[in-house]
Amino acid sequence: MYSKKFERFILGVCTRCLTSAVNGTTTSARTAVSWTSVRKHHKQFLERRSQNGFAVVRIRHASKTTVDPNEVKRFRLLATKWWNEQGDFAALHSMNDLRVPFIRDNLLNAHGGRQPGKPLAGLRILDVGCGGGLLTEPLGRLGADVLGIDPVADSIGTAEVHAWHDPDLRGNVRYRAITLEELSEKGGKGAGQFDAVVASEVVEHLADLETFTLCCNQVLKPGGSLFITTINKTQLSYALAIVAAEEVLRIVPSGTHDWDKFVSPVDLERLLESNGFHVESIRGMLYNPLSRAWSWTETTSINYALHAVKLEEEPNPDEDDPEDPTVIVAQAKARRWYN
Amino acid sequence: FPMVWDACSDALITFDKENLQDEMAYIVENNIIVAALTKQLENLSDQVRVQYKSKVVKYTWPKSHQVADAIPWVQVTLANGQILQTKLLIGADGPNSMVRREAGIPTVTWNYDQSAVVAVLHLSEPTENNVAWQRFLPTGPIAMLPLSDTESSLVWSTSHRHAEELLQLDEESFVDSINTAFWSNENHSELVETAGSLFRTALSVLMPSAGSARQLPPSVAGIGPKSRIMFPLGMGHASEYIRHRVALIGDAAHRVHPLAGQGANLGFGDVACLTQLLSQAAFNGKDLGAMQHLLEYETERQRHNLPMMAAIDLMKRLYSTNAAPMVVLRTFGLQATNTLPAMKAQIMAFASK
Repeated sequence: MYSKKFERFILGVCTRCLTSAVNGTTTSARTAVSWTSVRKHHKQFLERRSQNGFAVVRIRHASKTTVDPNEVKRFRLLATKWWNEQGDFAALHSMNDLRVPFIRDNLLNAHGGRQPGKPLAGLRILDVGCGGGLLTEPLGRLGADVLGIDPVADSIGTAEVHAWHDPDLRGNVRYRAITLEELSEKGGKGAGQFDAVVASEVVEHLADLETFTLCCNQVLKPGGSLFITTINKTQLSYALAIVAAEEVLRIVPSGTHDWDKFVSPVDLERLLESNGFHVESIRGMLYNPLSRAWSWTETTSINYALHAVKLEEEPNPDEDDPEDPTVIVAQAKARRWYN
Repeated sequence: FPMVWDACSDALITFDKENLQDEMAYIVENNIIVAALTKQLENLSDQVRVQYKSKVVKYTWPKSHQVADAIPWVQVTLANGQILQTKLLIGADGPNSMVRREAGIPTVTWNYDQSAVVAVLHLSEPTENNVAWQRFLPTGPIAMLPLSDTESSLVWSTSHRHAEELLQLDEESFVDSINTAFWSNENHSELVETAGSLFRTALSVLMPSAGSARQLPPSVAGIGPKSRIMFPLGMGHASEYIRHRVALIGDAAHRVHPLAGQGANLGFGDVACLTQLLSQAAFNGKDLGAMQHLLEYETERQRHNLPMMAAIDLMKRLYSTNAAPMVVLRTFGLQATNTLPAMKAQIMAFASK
C-alpha cells in the first residue's frame, strides 16, 4: 500500500540520518561478523566446485591502467551489501527495470528472438564492473551466456555465492576477478568473443576512459553492442547525484561518486566514435527517490544510457596488420567519409 | 441477468441490458471448472507437476537478505518426508490458510453466525434459465443461480441452527421450504408496503420509462442426489498479501459472504493480476520471489478487493434485520437504484470485471 511504502521510505531516511553519526564503529563491526561467515562459505563453495571439476577462480591483483585503487578499496567495504534490495544498493536494484529491457530489446533488434522464454539465448555478454552481479543475473536468466568481471575480488565472491543457489544461473553465469585490460590482452583468447559488452555505472569510476574504450572494442565481435549507463557532468548532476543522493538523502553511500570523473554524453560519443564505434542511441534516465523507481526521460543532464555498435571490419589485403586497432579505426573513418 | 428483491417489501432490482446480446456474466459449475483445469494441466505436464494426495507439514522461510549458510529460498516439507525448495511460494490454500498462518500474517476475521446451505435444484419445468435470483430474508439471503435449462444451484445463507435443520429435512420438505422462501409474503408489514408503493409511484412520475417488469422465479421440484451440504460463513482479510517469496491468492487472502457471488471472482482476479506481473518480471530476468513486483500485486489487488468486501459486508448487515426503519431505508434504496440506469450500469461493469 502507498502508505506503507511511504512509511518505509521515511523510516529509512530517518534511520540512515540517525545511524550516520554512529556509522564509523558499528558498521565495520557488523561487516566483520557477517564477512567471516561469507568467506568461510565461499571457501567451502570453491572447494566443492573444484571437486566437481570446474576451474578454480584465480584471484589476481588489479592492474592500475583503468582501475583506480581508491575505488577498489571503497567497493571492497561495501561487498556484502549488494543483495539487500532495500539497502545501500537499492537504486541499482531498481535500475534493472530500465537497463535490462534496454539491453534486451536492443539485442533482440539486432539478433532476433531465438527461443521463447529465453530471449537472449545464444548470445555471449560481458558485464564489466559487475559488482555483486545485480545486472549479470537477470541477463543470465534471459538465456545469455554471461561473464561478469570486477577488479574487487570480494564482490566477485559475493556474486558467485549468490548465483550458485539458483539452478537457472549455474550453467551460464560466470564470474572472474579480473580487469578488462587483462581480459582483452590475453592474445587471441580475449579478442572478438562477445556479442555485447555492458558497462553499467562503471565509466564514472575509471581512471582512463580511452584505454577502456579500446579494450571494449578488442573483446567485441564486429557488429557487437556496447551498453553504457553513467552520469552526466553537469551542475544539475552535481546537485542531484552528489549533494542530494549522497549527502542528504543517502540513496548512495557517501563518497561513491567523484564529479570530476563524470562524463557527458557528447564527450563519450566523441570518444566512442573515434575508436571504432557507432553510437546508436542515447537516452536520459531519472530516479525518483520517493517511489524508488527509475524512468526514461527526455533530458540526459543527470543519468543516461548509451548503446553503441562496433563497426564491422573488412579483411585488408594490404601489408597492414588487420588486427592492428589503428588500422581498423582508420578504415572505419575512411568508410564513413565515403558514405 | 440477476434479479434481487427484499422479502420484507415489494422492492426489487433487476440488472439487465436493453440489448441482451452480450452476456453480463457466466455461471459455471465448479466440477466443470476443475475438469477443464485438470485437462489443461495435463497438456502442460513438462512444465507443471501436480502432486496429489500430499500434505504440507512445515514451511521454512528465508532470511530477508543473504546470510551465508542459509538457503535463500522457501523450503516446504511434505508429510512423506520430501523437501521442496522454491523461489516463490503461492498460498492458495483457502480461508484457513496454513501458509498465511505460518508466515505470521495478521488477519482481520469475524464470523457471521451464518452457514450456507448449497444444493443442486431440479426445476419444475424447463425454462430459458438465464436469470439469477436472490431474495433477502431476515435470516439471510437465498439465491438460485442457473446452471442449465432444468437445473439451478442453491445458495441459502441462514443461521447455523436453521441450516442444520434444513439438512435434516427430507427432500420434499426441503423443496417446499425453498419455494416458500422465494414466494411467501409473510414478512411484509403494512407500513412498509404502503411506504414502498408510494415511493414507487413517485419514482414512476419522475422517471416513467425506467424500471423493469417483474418476472417470477421458477419453482423447484426436486434436488440433486447427495448434493446438499452446508459450510460456515465469515469474513476474512489478510492485512498483507505478500512476504518475501510468498504470495497469497484467493480465499487465503480474502474471504467474503456469498451473497454477491463474488468470492471466486476475486480469486480469479488475483490469479490474472499475479500472472501478468510475474510474466513481466520474468521477461525482465527478475527473481520471481523478489518483493518489488509482489508489492505491486498486493497494492493492485487490495485496492480492488477491499471496496468490494466492504460493500458485501455492508449489504449483509443491512439485510439482516426486519426492523421497519432499516427495511424502509433499503426498500427506497433498492427501488431508487432500480430506476437509475447509470448507477446500474456502473454496478454491472464493476461486477463483470
